[in-house]
Amino acid sequence: MSRSADIIRTAPTEPCQPWPRHLLLGEEWRAMAASLGEAGGPALLALWADTVRVHALLHDSDGAWLVASTSVENGHYPALSPQRPSAAWFERMIRDLWGHDAEGGRDGRPWLEHGRWPVTAPLSTRPPARQSPTEPAEFLPVEGEDTHQIALGPVYAGIIEPGHFRLSALGETVVRLEIRLGWLHKGTLGLMHGKSPRAAARFAARLSGDSTVAHSLAFARAAEAAAGAEVPPRAVALRAVMAELERIANHLGDCGAIADDVAFPFLSARFCWHREAMLRAASVAFGHRLMMDAVVPGGVSTDIVPGGAEAILRALAALAEELPELVRTGDNFSSLADRMVGTGVVTPALVAAFAAGGFVGRASGRGFDARRTPGYAPYDRLTFAVPVLEAGDVDARVRIRLTELGESISLVRALLADLPEGSVAVPLPQATGEGIGWAEGFRGDIWHWLRLDGGQISAVFMRDPSWLQWPLLEAAVAGNTVADFPLCNKSFNCSSSGVDL
Amino acid sequence: MVWRRVVSTLRHGPASLPAEPLDEAATRALAERLEAAAQRRLGRSLAIRQVDGGSCNGCELEIQMLNSIVYDLERFGLRFVASPRHADVLLVTGPVTRNMHEAVLRTYDATPDPKWVVAVGDCAIDGGVFKGSYAISGAVGTMLPVDLVVRGCPPSPAQLLNGLRALLEANAG
Ligand code: SF4
Repeated sequence: MSRSADIIRTAPTEPCQPWPRHLLLGEEWRAMAASLGEAGGPALLALWADTVRVHALLHDSDGAWLVASTSVENGHYPALSPQRPSAAWFERMIRDLWGHDAEGGRDGRPWLEHGRWPVTAPLSTRPPARQSPTEPAEFLPVEGEDTHQIALGPVYAGIIEPGHFRLSALGETVVRLEIRLGWLHKGTLGLMHGKSPRAAARFAARLSGDSTVAHSLAFARAAEAAAGAEVPPRAVALRAVMAELERIANHLGDCGAIADDVAFPFLSARFCWHREAMLRAASVAFGHRLMMDAVVPGGVSTDIVPGGAEAILRALAALAEELPELVRTGDNFSSLADRMVGTGVVTPALVAAFAAGGFVGRASGRGFDARRTPGYAPYDRLTFAVPVLEAGDVDARVRIRLTELGESISLVRALLADLPEGSVAVPLPQATGEGIGWAEGFRGDIWHWLRLDGGQISAVFMRDPSWLQWPLLEAAVAGNTVADFPLCNKSFNCSSSGVDL
Repeated sequence: MVWRRVVSTLRHGPASLPAEPLDEAATRALAERLEAAAQRRLGRSLAIRQVDGGSCNGCELEIQMLNSIVYDLERFGLRFVASPRHADVLLVTGPVTRNMHEAVLRTYDATPDPKWVVAVGDCAIDGGVFKGSYAISGAVGTMLPVDLVVRGCPPSPAQLLNGLRALLEANAG
């Protein structure tokens, strides 16, 4: 057990499902923060706030899950970022949305706040009207003769989400990449306040469209934990079918996009063809290609239609048949290896320090998967492998995803072969309570937290995996050529909308 | 490996998926609307620039599918370009966040005349679920002259194609 975990455990608790939330005094929080820097300290998975407190979700080295809070005093709380650089983006987001300042934080520059909202600190109790235009945030300085800067975005050349990449290069080599986000901030958390979980689920489903099932699932599980609802077994199984289909479709689309980037249209064409087949099967089975709004608090909104399982199995069979040949084809072309092997390396140490999940973590030795730890139904009764590699380059990230395709195909087949009978949803009681929900999306572990007051949401936060992956892209790109930047970026495929909230 | 694949494709015929049924009445209605809006003739090949004004990325996923071999957009004389300066059509998605407002306007200004604006997805049409948020500027139509809307959350590639084909036919005039 680590010292920070010790400090958290001795603090009094407030009810939160499934783990009680410990309320630390300012001094205790400061001591907890200080000991986060020690070796063997807990992983920081999320940092967020409500109008009066700041909350952190941690996973201790002994396996325990810890939720810690501290009250904000005079608009301040002790920062975690000096010990944990991964906290810096969260602290900037907390200041921009709730107005709480991280005392001693590493980076005080605005983040989501671009100086364009009519108010400041929009989620605080009484958001003040904007007085003066906010100065745009400065980029980190890069000094040295002959360095030049390349500014990309917010409108990029491709069909992708806005953001801004500032590349500082020395000749063809990237010296530093700095990422600036926030362009997609839609005020999603604010829109969820005062709504029932059922109404608010539409926003969780639209936090990041490519992970609509996974985010809906994490949100539904948080609401069900808070309200004390039990989901029928058939809904649990159908949710997993949808989540695995989403994983397959996204892995296919991204592998296709990466193949396109390394100028190998044959693989790109085949992967995208299978992606389309998967989306059509989802549309037949669940009535929507991306399965948006299909997972709702209490269960699923529609049962699988008759013939839906067969449509899914047909698409899976076509993919399962061709996949080994596609992988072999990729292996046989040295031009692919030349672009992908050794490109965009993230070290296992960095991945561990940031607790980065998904294929970004698993390609660099961190075998974390929320379906296993802390785990959730129905995965506890299913067998599947979680592939892990050490190389941490573009090639490793692609290989993890290709392996996961096979695992997800088996999972969907097992689930459809043994679908429990019965209803697919229960009504959620009008409860008061707090809950945490999680799901493993295609990108990695997703965490949602919410508080219900008489059946209405009074506070909520949704943590996309990209929070802990984007910063590692900055590290992965350094030392690579400018021309390899798009490839590195695609191999991460982080979500902008997911972190812009 | 690839050669083996090519040979097997030649033996088994094309690997296309059957087209999804299109709503013919809707296509015609769109074409008529466009004929009024687009008087000037552009020629057959339309260059499209996609602009994300604050979407959830769901709309982008389906727009990207238009480039796949299943839909193969270029056979209709439509293609995506990297710069607004090369574009005839702007496909705008998202409820247009306040943070993207200026970027969307500047992209429009960078596109040479004559140009068409297509609002893609429920968000772009009226803000969708994000209507009323402090962080939203307003639907695409409140800041740019919209020539065509494609409904859906997100619209399917078939619906997108339908809309774009109507645009093309109206401009072939
Ligand atoms: S219309 Fe739907 S899919 Fe498109 S950006 Fe809006 S919420 Fe996302």
